[in-house]
Amino acid sequence: MLRKTTLAAALAAAASFSAVAYAQDPVELRFMWYSDGNEGDVMADLLSRFEEENPDIKVVLDNVAYAVIRDQLPVQLEAGQGPDLARVTTLKDLAPHWLDLRDLVEDPSYWEENFGNYLDWMRPQGSDMIPGYMTQLTVTGPFVNRTLFEQAGVELPGEDATWDEWAEAVKKVAEDQDIPIPLAMDRSGHRFTGPAISMGAGFIGEDGMPAVIDDGFKAMAERIAQWHEDGTMSPEIWGSVSGTTYRGANEEFANAEVVMYYSGSWQIGQFAETIGDAFDWAAVPNPCGPAACTGLPGGAGVVGIKYTEHPEEVARLMDWLASEPVLKEFYERTLFLPGHAGLTEAGLDYQSDNPNVKESLDTFVGAVGNLAPLANRMPAWEWANVTYFAIIGRLGQVVAGELSLEDAYSRIEDDIAQQIEEAQR
Amino acid sequence: MTVETRQGIAGGGHFASLLLAPLRWAMNLIDRPMSFVQRRFGLGGVAATFLAPNMLVFGIFVLFPMTLNVAYSFTGGGALFLNNRVFVGTLQYETLLACRDFLDAASCREDRFWRAVGNTGFFVVVQVTALVLVSLATALVLNREMRARGFWRAVFFFPVLLSPVVVALIWKWILQRNGLLNAALLELGFEPVLWLVNRGWAMFWAIFLSIWAHLGFYTLILLAGLQAIPRDLYEAAEMDGAPRWRVLTRITLPLLWPNMVVVILLALIRAVQVFDEVFVLTGGGPGTATLFLVQYIYETGLAQQVRNLGLASAASILMAVVLIVLTLIQLLASAWRERKEQR
Repeated sequence: MLRKTTLAAALAAAASFSAVAYAQDPVELRFMWYSDGNEGDVMADLLSRFEEENPDIKVVLDNVAYAVIRDQLPVQLEAGQGPDLARVTTLKDLAPHWLDLRDLVEDPSYWEENFGNYLDWMRPQGSDMIPGYMTQLTVTGPFVNRTLFEQAGVELPGEDATWDEWAEAVKKVAEDQDIPIPLAMDRSGHRFTGPAISMGAGFIGEDGMPAVIDDGFKAMAERIAQWHEDGTMSPEIWGSVSGTTYRGANEEFANAEVVMYYSGSWQIGQFAETIGDAFDWAAVPNPCGPAACTGLPGGAGVVGIKYTEHPEEVARLMDWLASEPVLKEFYERTLFLPGHAGLTEAGLDYQSDNPNVKESLDTFVGAVGNLAPLANRMPAWEWANVTYFAIIGRLGQVVAGELSLEDAYSRIEDDIAQQIEEAQR
Repeated sequence: MTVETRQGIAGGGHFASLLLAPLRWAMNLIDRPMSFVQRRFGLGGVAATFLAPNMLVFGIFVLFPMTLNVAYSFTGGGALFLNNRVFVGTLQYETLLACRDFLDAASCREDRFWRAVGNTGFFVVVQVTALVLVSLATALVLNREMRARGFWRAVFFFPVLLSPVVVALIWKWILQRNGLLNAALLELGFEPVLWLVNRGWAMFWAIFLSIWAHLGFYTLILLAGLQAIPRDLYEAAEMDGAPRWRVLTRITLPLLWPNMVVVILLALIRAVQVFDEVFVLTGGGPGTATLFLVQYIYETGLAQQVRNLGLASAASILMAVVLIVLTLIQLLASAWRERKEQR
């Protein structure tokens, strides 16, 4: 009898232990992430804290190359697969694959209040879903090598200086200092669009469809062509690759081979590391055209993927990551512009003692307030990326001497029409 | 001594038969089904049984995707899966072939496709010719008696072992504005050259890099052919006092021809498929100066905002047709030559 009782007790204990072990098996979430600077390390640090506070959830941070997010994630999503969460920049086009967190997060009104300005950037047209939050708000704008200006004895153009005045100034500096690239702009349609809006380009027709080629667009395109002809811009950036291939000039700027580099706020962290105190650099306000002095907003966001098997756990993680103190720490440590209304209003104490960094961040925060209404509309526009891709492919051919500007205009319109036709088929 | 050896052999034979026992057992096991297959389907059936696993793998990973590719080329839309795509008939082919003048890419609706076709055609002709000639010359040199011959063979083969991306990055570092080559030019008092921004130079370096990276592989094939040529033929030619050029054209090249056919065929196929190294080195630029067919297919099908899989598939089918035609021409030319020699 005693033996039987002991055996039963042992079996019961074993069963309860395995049941407890089973119950405590943490849910594993896969988080696809890419890094431009230190944000991967910061996120890994934050996630380890989240796991300590939530032992029933384990988060695997898959830190991949940006090309994986850009090229492979869309294919995975199309196949109904993918990670549980991801950090993406193609926020609008892939929106049908995002998980709606509205009924899953603790307080949807917190999300509406603080991320409301950007939710349209990442949800399907006309939807009110809450798909995620912005890990960084970005604004395009120029950086200058101030040391070169000082050495050349050329004064930095002021806040209202036009594109032409800037082009003239940087060329003077480059000639004086024997710098190979007076003005560089990332090879990207996105980067071209802000200056084109400043020149008066309209991009979006009354019906919401692309109406790209107008006088404002032509004014900026002609300047790009002219600057490549007269040596203000080097063909190394726009002319050296083909199609929609991206080419930045960040390395050239860090090597002091560029006087003025038109890129965006996301470069600050990288320049803080690569340039250090080798020379004085800073972001300056966007040059003006007749219509505006604007850059283009954009950014990256974290979204839940609707094919996840653990939507509740994804929402818990999102609630934690998007909470004000966690986001504050994330933005301050990564030197990213905040995409959170409360934090933007309260201000951030960026963790850098580099005066170039502080000044650049201030300039870009100021640029957010000066964005043209059309520039603010672009990230939520359905055909924005199709337009950017067509612009860069064809203007790249103009720079390489393959197309005339007139031919490029008609090809841009054809390319956009073909992409829209294919998408709507 | 002899006795011991015999004992050793006898002992070894026993040991070997023990080792072979499992094999014999396995052979007996498959003997029955194989005999059955042979009785039922004949000797051809046995061959088919052995080929079946290979054909299955080939079917799943080559034939099936090829069939899918053909199917995709008749569809349109941005959907990934075939059942969600719209049947558009030959529209994608018509789009690719819509040209006022096939010799002027700018007159074509898909101008980038025709620029890629032109670039690929030029690349194939120049790269394959140069590659075969340089591989042949290298093989002839490496086949001679020389000091440290093994080392030199390894030197030429080494780039083949490198990943194409690594090869391209190494050359990019050499060729960029602040690269090794321009540093050397500056040292010598010359102006630096933007090697990858000038259209002519970019194509030159694309061809050069491709030859440098693959030379070792083709040299190895030709070297194997050279070593298979009987030495006595050369000795007889030497005794007859035949000049070197005559030995090369009358003995070496004719006997090396089967290997040359393999080399030309492989180099041709590889050249039409050129992508990885050049994509990393030049990104297809400047403009579209080094845009080749595979990059066009990749960009059209995968790198655009709306992935145009139908157009990309149609382009790849056209490329496959060209490859098949080139291969057939090559094989027919080879067969014609063999028949002529036999006569």
